[in-house]
Amino acid sequence: MNKREFLKDAILFFPAAATLQALAPAAEGKAEPATTPTDYDATRHWYGMGIDVDKCIGCNRCVEACKAENNVPDEPFYFRTWIERYQIHENGETRVECISTRAGLPEQAPPEDPSVVRTFFVPKLCNQCAHPPCVQVCPVGATFQTQDGVVLVDEKRCIGCRYCIQACPYGARYLNPRTKTADKCTFCYHRITEGLLPACVEVCPTEARIFGDLKGKADRLVRFHRVNQISVLKPDLNTEPKVLYAQLDGEVR
Amino acid sequence: MKLPEQVTRLGIVIAVIVAVVLLLRFVILPESLFSARPHQAAAAEREMAKPLRHAGVAVCRECHEEQFELKYGGKHRTIGCENCHGPAASHAADENAAKPPLPREREACLACHGYDSSRPNGFPQVDPLEHRPRKKCVTCHDPHDPVPPKAPTECTGCHGRIEHTKAMSTHALLPCASCHAVDAQHMTEPRLALPTKPDSREVCGRCHVPGATDPAASKVSVDMAAHGGTYVCWECHYAHLPEGRK
Amino acid sequence: MGFIYPNKSTWAILIVVYPYLTGIVAGAFILASLVKVFNVVEVQPIYRLALLTALSFMLVAGMPLQLHLGHPERAYEIFFTPQPTSAMAMFGFVYLWYLLGILLIEIWFEYRQQLVLMARQSRGLLKGIYSALSLFSKDLSPEALAFDHKASKLITIIGIPSAFLLHGYVGFIFGSVKANPWWGSVLMPIVFLMSAIVSGIAMVMFLYILLSLVRNEKLDMRCLDKIGLFLLVAIIVDFVLEALDYIHRLYQSEESIGILTQLVSSKLFLSLVVVQLLLGMLLPLVVLVLVRSVRFNEELRKLLYFTTSLLILLGIFSMRWNVVIGGQLYSKSLRGLMAYKMEITGIESLLTALALLALPFIILAVLYRLLPPRWMESHSPTGIDRPTGVLT
Repeated sequence: MNKREFLKDAILFFPAAATLQALAPAAEGKAEPATTPTDYDATRHWYGMGIDVDKCIGCNRCVEACKAENNVPDEPFYFRTWIERYQIHENGETRVECISTRAGLPEQAPPEDPSVVRTFFVPKLCNQCAHPPCVQVCPVGATFQTQDGVVLVDEKRCIGCRYCIQACPYGARYLNPRTKTADKCTFCYHRITEGLLPACVEVCPTEARIFGDLKGKADRLVRFHRVNQISVLKPDLNTEPKVLYAQLDGEVR
Repeated sequence: MKLPEQVTRLGIVIAVIVAVVLLLRFVILPESLFSARPHQAAAAEREMAKPLRHAGVAVCRECHEEQFELKYGGKHRTIGCENCHGPAASHAADENAAKPPLPREREACLACHGYDSSRPNGFPQVDPLEHRPRKKCVTCHDPHDPVPPKAPTECTGCHGRIEHTKAMSTHALLPCASCHAVDAQHMTEPRLALPTKPDSREVCGRCHVPGATDPAASKVSVDMAAHGGTYVCWECHYAHLPEGRK
Repeated sequence: MGFIYPNKSTWAILIVVYPYLTGIVAGAFILASLVKVFNVVEVQPIYRLALLTALSFMLVAGMPLQLHLGHPERAYEIFFTPQPTSAMAMFGFVYLWYLLGILLIEIWFEYRQQLVLMARQSRGLLKGIYSALSLFSKDLSPEALAFDHKASKLITIIGIPSAFLLHGYVGFIFGSVKANPWWGSVLMPIVFLMSAIVSGIAMVMFLYILLSLVRNEKLDMRCLDKIGLFLLVAIIVDFVLEALDYIHRLYQSEESIGILTQLVSSKLFLSLVVVQLLLGMLLPLVVLVLVRSVRFNEELRKLLYFTTSLLILLGIFSMRWNVVIGGQLYSKSLRGLMAYKMEITGIESLLTALALLALPFIILAVLYRLLPPRWMESHSPTGIDRPTGVLT
């Protein structure tokens, strides 16, 4: 699906969704407490994200958009998504830094270093693992995987024990200082279930991030998966991430 | 065997505790407390009901079709409106409630186009100190259709990264054209006319032969016939940063 | 400076205190069980002390967990909707089972005769308390007393695996985190268990000597020597297990070995190599071997046991620190070390930790007055001898 088709579909989808939403309560009757939204069938989706490392320019717009969209605290140690800069030197040493930690300031490029043989940016976020270790360890079932494959946190039931933060191999979770509950990327669940793109994907200028549905027949992510050599982070942990990286350097972990 | 009286007493205490627990669990407290599933479904719904901050390109387009078409035909085709103009869902809901900013200062463009060695090769970047330091980008470039006002004449306009690397190498003074033939079309339609790369050793051989005019180059002279088998020089030596440093 | 993932990680001092307290519970109980199940007569004098110690620490063990929660008021969820796959979800059940199902019942049977007698001999409020504690039972017939002893033996037999479960599972909480190579090890539960036994024995030994000093009671040196022997054996097993863990890590030399070596040689050098290994393990090991091989006099032995038990208690606390805090001193990027800055005041702070560490001693002091372990020796009016640990 190209962008134009997607947009066309999206435009058609909104009014349709709104109509369905308006009709739904009438059709359902009041007795049945709705456990799933009537106009959205989670079982028909399996969301994932593709990241083309070669396209990321490290502009940090995704991080800002994510913080704005999801009320992520501004302080530089709470991120649902962040960007890392890798610099691989000729002696094999790898230097990594997070360029998203200086909130509000444009990142200063490091001085040119002739001993750097490769350098690139890597966006990171919750991998929405198919086998999420965080869900496995949550003592009260407050973090869970939805049927469409997104790992969410119930902020009304999370007891704030932080076991999930310890169990996440990717450092993708944090304890939200406002709610005192675990917080993480939701793939902008409120957006994707309405057919919109996650905020980070919406603003990414170079299409380094591809959002899609792995159950979709003709989906950009499915195509991304087909035409690229895909790596995932820390594959040895067998978490089966659904954030798929293309052109990923072996130094990234 | 008769049970000793203390066992009966302890038994009653235990029975009472067990009874209270069972009563709480199965009679007094609602069943919904004991199953995570409904809670999870409710949490997912709460998550879905969260307010949007970014409206999405499709919504922007409904009113700003002209800008969308302009942008869609140009190099900024892939950039969502809210990348530059910020989250605009409140503006989309009520156009007068919030006016999205129109970033005009240089920093807005430099966030992407300022030179940074980690950016991918070929991504257009400028050195902000060299490239018209006092001018606003929008005076020469239309952000919705950012073609350069005139075709770049210098390779560094787009290939800043290579220029930075080369500047630190022994090849700093060599112009790009000494190794690459560049068609004029490349300046306006870069992908349609790619510059050449040397396809024989003779290009390097002009300098790196015994008795070459440049004394520095002759120091690394090689026998072009014997050295390196069938390879072209640049397949092993990175000409923008050759092994010998200044 | 290496690279650390930007999100903060967040288990603090209270999570160090928690396994320390549970460890002492499990260890003290297992020491007590030696009397009942394995008929080690020499240790009889500390049997009740060990039980009371286990109870005092058990009553506090849940508090650090409760206090560290972001939402302590939601803790009940762990009983309502326990996630079957979560090791931590089992905590509430294991804890309650051990407290209500094992410890309290065992202590009740052990003390029932004394409670009945105390209720008879005291007046007013105390009489009420003791009667209530004995559940108003009055039967002191030989059959009833024999039943008490059989019952407490049976409960001890169930109690041993329960104690193993209680602390082994704490180790599993850490050992099952595959994201953290410092924690994720199959040996973790068994290492935790052995160190728990070491710390529990050391704590009872420390309390036994301390109480004899404070209350001017005569120490049974045979008992102390026997505890010393068990302590020695437990330390050796613990040392072997931990050594095996480190050797295994070094030899396998997986991806994480670089950062872990860095961790041990810098941030954890003092607390791991100096305090945990040298002061808390090797020095006590040497002293205990010496005490067994050289004929020191009683006073010196007492002094050596006392210092040794203190060193071990410090060493095991250090071990908990090295596991819990150590596991968070390096980033899961495996590229950078981090710092842990302990808060001094506040909920998750040094002060709270100290208070929680002091609380069991206060509870023990109360319990010791309420249920004097040696009361029977002086107050047995009918002359009924308490049967010793040896039962037919």
